[in-house]
Amino acid sequence: MDFMYILSSAFETAIGPIAAIYALAAIGLNLHFGYTGLLNFGQVGFMLVGAYGVAVSVTTFGLPLWAGFAVSVACAVVLALLLGIPTLRLRADYLSICTIAVAEVARLLYRASFAQEVTGGVYGLQRFAGDFYDANPFPPGDYGVGDISFSARDLWLMTVLWGLVALACLVMWLLIHSPWGRVIKGIREDEEAVRSLGKNVFVYKMQSLVLGGVFGALAGAMIAINQQTITPDQFMPQVTFYLWAMLLLGGAGRTLGPVLGAVVMWFLLTVFDELLRSLSSTGILPFLQGSDVGALRHAMVGLTLLLLIVYRPQGIIGNRKEMLVNVK
Amino acid sequence: MSSDPTPVDRMAGVAPEPGVTKPDPILTVDGVRRSFGGLTAVDVEHLEVQRGTITALIGPNGAGKSTLFNLLTGFDRVDAGEWSFEGRRLNRLGGHQVARTGMVRTFQLTKALTRLTVMDNMLLAAPGQTGERMWGAFARGLWGRQERANAERAEALLERFKLLAKKDEMAGSLSGGQRKLLEMARSLMVNPSMVMLDEPMAGVNPALVQSLLGHITALRDEGMTVLFVEHDMDVIMGISDWIVVLAQGRVIAEGRPADIRANKEVVDAYLGTHHEEPSDTAVPAAAEPEEDR
Repeated sequence: MDFMYILSSAFETAIGPIAAIYALAAIGLNLHFGYTGLLNFGQVGFMLVGAYGVAVSVTTFGLPLWAGFAVSVACAVVLALLLGIPTLRLRADYLSICTIAVAEVARLLYRASFAQEVTGGVYGLQRFAGDFYDANPFPPGDYGVGDISFSARDLWLMTVLWGLVALACLVMWLLIHSPWGRVIKGIREDEEAVRSLGKNVFVYKMQSLVLGGVFGALAGAMIAINQQTITPDQFMPQVTFYLWAMLLLGGAGRTLGPVLGAVVMWFLLTVFDELLRSLSSTGILPFLQGSDVGALRHAMVGLTLLLLIVYRPQGIIGNRKEMLVNVK
Repeated sequence: MSSDPTPVDRMAGVAPEPGVTKPDPILTVDGVRRSFGGLTAVDVEHLEVQRGTITALIGPNGAGKSTLFNLLTGFDRVDAGEWSFEGRRLNRLGGHQVARTGMVRTFQLTKALTRLTVMDNMLLAAPGQTGERMWGAFARGLWGRQERANAERAEALLERFKLLAKKDEMAGSLSGGQRKLLEMARSLMVNPSMVMLDEPMAGVNPALVQSLLGHITALRDEGMTVLFVEHDMDVIMGISDWIVVLAQGRVIAEGRPADIRANKEVVDAYLGTHHEEPSDTAVPAAAEPEEDR
């Protein structure tokens, strides 16, 4: 078994494009849940409309790539308004029910046969990311240190993605350390109290839902760019729950919590994956089939999360003082 | 407001009758009704609250006191009727809009924002902050000065409510009584002209009750109007300028503490036959209204 190989490939995944995409979507979820207290179980819905915003604009309607990104953001705003207007005046649990349902309905709509002319139906869409890769400033070749190396394509993706993540973190930090952020956190604690002090709680919750959704849509758009092909069935509900696991792992209500959570989670996933794969190939575990590896690695991630919640409920960088405060 | 240094009896010449008109009402309620299913929780024909007084709202459990509070402050919707505050109709306004007109409420179950510091609780309440808008939040230069001014005002209020030492602690680490104090101090950050206190003494230890009473009378002496719901008869008789008795959603009596104590209907409906006369030693604040006359 080659531990160096396992570690280096885990490290590559942890700082690679996919981890950055998940970090970006988790930052949006952190704004929803970590700061505003909105239970959004449909973040994947924002990623879906974001991904298709780019793909449909470029492939179906022949718009330039930048316009595709603008459409992604606009779709996220519309989805947030659709979700928020009927539910944000109600108790928190209504929003959570609606988000999970609407995300699923959106996926089914995008894959429906009547939508095939626009969205490609179950076959999805391809050939929309050309402009992005044409703009790659890195000459072809491999870049890296030691066992860790990335292609020029991945390096370009990572530059843009981690740039987006850094920008999103900066935006979040500025917002949360402002009077706006104070109102948002107040709503998380008790929205009636905030309303009694003259703040329009509905508007704040809507702003939070929209901005967090836009982060999700940008993540979705970058999924499309990264894969250069998308199908609706990539946007299953479990994506949202991965995001939740990452957010709680890193620490909800912290600027860098979702980023750290995404990185650590992908590191662990890859380590378990490679470890189990090499164990099964050496035949040490005769009961372990190659096809079981995928399921088993999720069980091990589940176990890690379980231990985390028992021993460190605030997440890796969560604020223990905040966590231990007697809530109500 | 009067510049007269000696307190005046603002209720002079007002007859102790339900729905009586007051010389200078800050809040006027007309025909406000709210029912839940078949139960009429609130049905107030006419009620006026005199500016610059402490008015107590009392009544047996289920009399509709808290419902009336919720209706007047925009936290519930009326079935019928209208009410106005400082001459402005408040019908259809949401809770936050009512608060902005200067009528700020507190809650029966204290709502401290537990995972925010005491100082953040106070700053949150300051009205009209530029940095409260999403786009304004990015420009610290625009709201930094305002934030410092608000912080100064918050510190002065915390000092007055003896919470200054706790300003950087989480509000959730305060005791029940301190949370009541914080909630009151926080409501003053909104610059209200009227505060609505829903059972401010509930679950507070006797020593702190005295301090809360002192704060409430101080609010009145500064020219604010106070309307509060309370159960403790000694407290009510001690500090109220005027008492409104609610039973089954209706105003059954109004008057000064002495009128209410002598009102047979109120005694039957609410106080019961076992009520004892309040002892003056228990409530030092009781001395103040007596001097007024």
